[in-house]
Amino acid sequence: MSLPPWLKTTLVTLGSIAVTMLGLLFITFIIGRVMPIDPVLAIVGERASQSTYDAVFQELGLDKPLIVQFGYYIWDVVRLDFGTSLLNARPVAEDIARVFPATLELATLGIFFGIVLGVPLGVLAAVRKGSWIDQIARVVALVGYSMPIFWLGLMGLLIFYGILGWVGGPGRVGIFYVDVVPSVTGMILVDSILDRNWDVFKDAFSHIILPSALLGYYSLAYISRMTRSFMLEQLSSEYVTTARVKGMSEWDVVWKHAFKNIRVQLITVIALSYANLLEGSVLTEIIFSWPGIGSYITTALLSADMNAVLGGTVVVGLIFILLNIFSDLLYKVFDPRAR
Amino acid sequence: MNAFNRLLSSAAIGLAVSVSSFAAHAETPANMLVIAHRIDDITTIDPAESFEFAGSDISRNVYDRLVYLDPTDLEAGYKPQHAESWEVSEDGRTITFTMREGVTFQSGNPVRAEDAAFSLQRAVILDKTPAFILTQFGFTPDNVAETIKADGNKLMITTDQKYATSFVLNCLTATIGAIVDKETVMANEVDGDMGNEWLKTNSAGSGPYKLDSWKPNESVTLSSNPDYYGGAPAMERVIVRHVLESASQRLLLERGDIDIARNLNPEDIAGASAAEGVVIADELKGRLMYLALNQKHPELSKPEVRQAFKYLIDYEGMRDSFLKGQYTIHQNFLPQTYLGASDENPFSYDIEKAKALLAEAGVEDLEIEIGVREAQERIEIGQSFQNAAAQAGITVNITVGTAAQILGRYRARELDVYLGAWGPDYPDPQTNAGTFAYNPDNSDEANATGLLAWRNSWDTGGLTEMVEAAVTEGDRDTRVQMYQDIQAQFRETSPFVVMFQQIEQSALRDNVMNWSTGQAVTSAAYWQVTK
Repeated sequence: MSLPPWLKTTLVTLGSIAVTMLGLLFITFIIGRVMPIDPVLAIVGERASQSTYDAVFQELGLDKPLIVQFGYYIWDVVRLDFGTSLLNARPVAEDIARVFPATLELATLGIFFGIVLGVPLGVLAAVRKGSWIDQIARVVALVGYSMPIFWLGLMGLLIFYGILGWVGGPGRVGIFYVDVVPSVTGMILVDSILDRNWDVFKDAFSHIILPSALLGYYSLAYISRMTRSFMLEQLSSEYVTTARVKGMSEWDVVWKHAFKNIRVQLITVIALSYANLLEGSVLTEIIFSWPGIGSYITTALLSADMNAVLGGTVVVGLIFILLNIFSDLLYKVFDPRAR
Repeated sequence: MNAFNRLLSSAAIGLAVSVSSFAAHAETPANMLVIAHRIDDITTIDPAESFEFAGSDISRNVYDRLVYLDPTDLEAGYKPQHAESWEVSEDGRTITFTMREGVTFQSGNPVRAEDAAFSLQRAVILDKTPAFILTQFGFTPDNVAETIKADGNKLMITTDQKYATSFVLNCLTATIGAIVDKETVMANEVDGDMGNEWLKTNSAGSGPYKLDSWKPNESVTLSSNPDYYGGAPAMERVIVRHVLESASQRLLLERGDIDIARNLNPEDIAGASAAEGVVIADELKGRLMYLALNQKHPELSKPEVRQAFKYLIDYEGMRDSFLKGQYTIHQNFLPQTYLGASDENPFSYDIEKAKALLAEAGVEDLEIEIGVREAQERIEIGQSFQNAAAQAGITVNITVGTAAQILGRYRARELDVYLGAWGPDYPDPQTNAGTFAYNPDNSDEANATGLLAWRNSWDTGGLTEMVEAAVTEGDRDTRVQMYQDIQAQFRETSPFVVMFQQIEQSALRDNVMNWSTGQAVTSAAYWQVTK
């Protein structure tokens, strides 16, 4: 009995997700166990007595064989239980639910800037190849690639917050607006809209605009260069020449023909950029005191809080997988050959 | 962020500030104190478990104790808090406290001797990391019902032997001496945990503040206790924001969005000190920076080699360069401001003397590994030492690792040399004497990982007995002299090269008054602050 094509596709997709996730879990688990870090010491501190140390060692299940520990680990992850943070004693899932919306909010606004500015810039640079617009686009991208993000972030803070006072400083909101709106999504912009509290919205927006613009700039640099490259390839194709010979307007040639054909490639580029932003930009989060998943995982790693590291890594891995699937779905929408 | 990046960012900010002025700064409300601080070390708020710096700050402001250290008069030592007075039995083993009447917890429940007894018993029974501060007096989970007990308005604690009363009372000023509200805590008990899980993120104290929220790596918010027995604090709300980056803390301070920046690096301290409306407050803290030589190493165990290493440290060079303003030279195990502290610093940077001592010991072509935790200042100290040692013919290989990596090897007695920091646990000289100069059993089997002397395989040669004698000495002045004598011998014979004592530099808005980080002996206090 053969399965209907849609069911077969769904099963294959789910199977590939499961295998990828299992591989990811295996690797993260092994890394967590072979790293020369003592998670017990991270909890009890350097002055603890041996009896306290031994008690915590057993409490963490570290006295059990590795394979048994891995089995427990898989079972816990399946139930979305990443364990308790070794350091702050809270469930890791709860911590991630708190920090991930902060990153999601920042990354989404960042990729928005990246797409809205990067794609037209790339198209324009391709269409006006060699012109001053192309040169500017090149310089913008080059600066975006090469400037250290911490320096750019600090300069942005100094100028727009310290000197001009146009934007809010480090942190997600000012001290007057901490915990003012109820947390529904964890994204303060969204929560303030839901609560119709426009003062909080304005304050939160003034805090997010600079770090998101900074992240957007880095995405813009990548997206615009890739867009330019894809467009140049299309614009030198025979079908574009034919369209021009037939007297089609330049607008139609560029946007209705050439651009239409780079959408699939562009989706991959944008999805990857977005995934990178969702992974969390550690330096941006540190400079702007943004409690996101990047700094969460980094702090956890430096503190040997392996439950938190593994939980964060699994979530980031899951994001990459889901964005890949989403890209595949969009391919099918934009490219009939992929259906 | 590495030193170059740190310098670059500070220089960039400095340059920009020099050509422009900040926009007119905002001000925090007059009844609110906003502090930027690194609080990622907080793991729990439960005073029976909390043992980190930032966590101790919270505990000090949320919980009261039997006796406390007054932030406006730290030199006075312990003072009565919820214990109005106390008497010591003739045999010196039992202290009977009389509780202050009419004091309530933030819940409205009265503070009773029963609560104080419960709090100390609970800390012993839970046996979390700081429990040793109490169990060193012979309290065990099995005997606490007898050794710590309440009777009406009286609390009696009976130690296993006679100790200096000052020693016992000093320990009770530590975080673990906090009095928790028994009724509230036990109402939140789960599976016999004595409310431990609940108290990790909630408070049940009688202090000047109560905990509103703790968001890990984000913020701590406290609100004042209007019914506080000592009077409601002027700062009705205290917000401690986790700001990791020094330059960001400085920007927030100079803009007026915070009142206090607690983690500015030397470059930003220098920059902020020139800013309008900002003042710098220095306080000596308890952290000591030291090198420790493993006495299992055949060469490092030679007395001349131990001496030679003490001349291979460029004390002044480091203090005046990358440690500027952050550390002062100190070569004793008791930090300044501690009872019995010594200001004798006999060693100086002297390569020739070190060479002569090494030659006397017959040491040639020595190659050693030094373990350093990945903190910038420690790495730089390690590199300075490496350079000096090279001039004396010693090859030093620096191994940099995370705290857990390096500490694991240090505790297992595996490192040749450890470069680290040590902070006291409670405001009594025994806290450091009992780890630097005390090691009753030097065998591997003893596994006394909590003792620094043991970690370095050092048989203290008589100092252990001297430490034991000092801890039971009732006369304060005699006790002070005993610690001076111990330290004099320690300086000459020990494998520890104590180098520096930390100075905490806080940058404050100039309207902030009475700020105290607690010096070397305790933690930061907020209730006496005014603006």
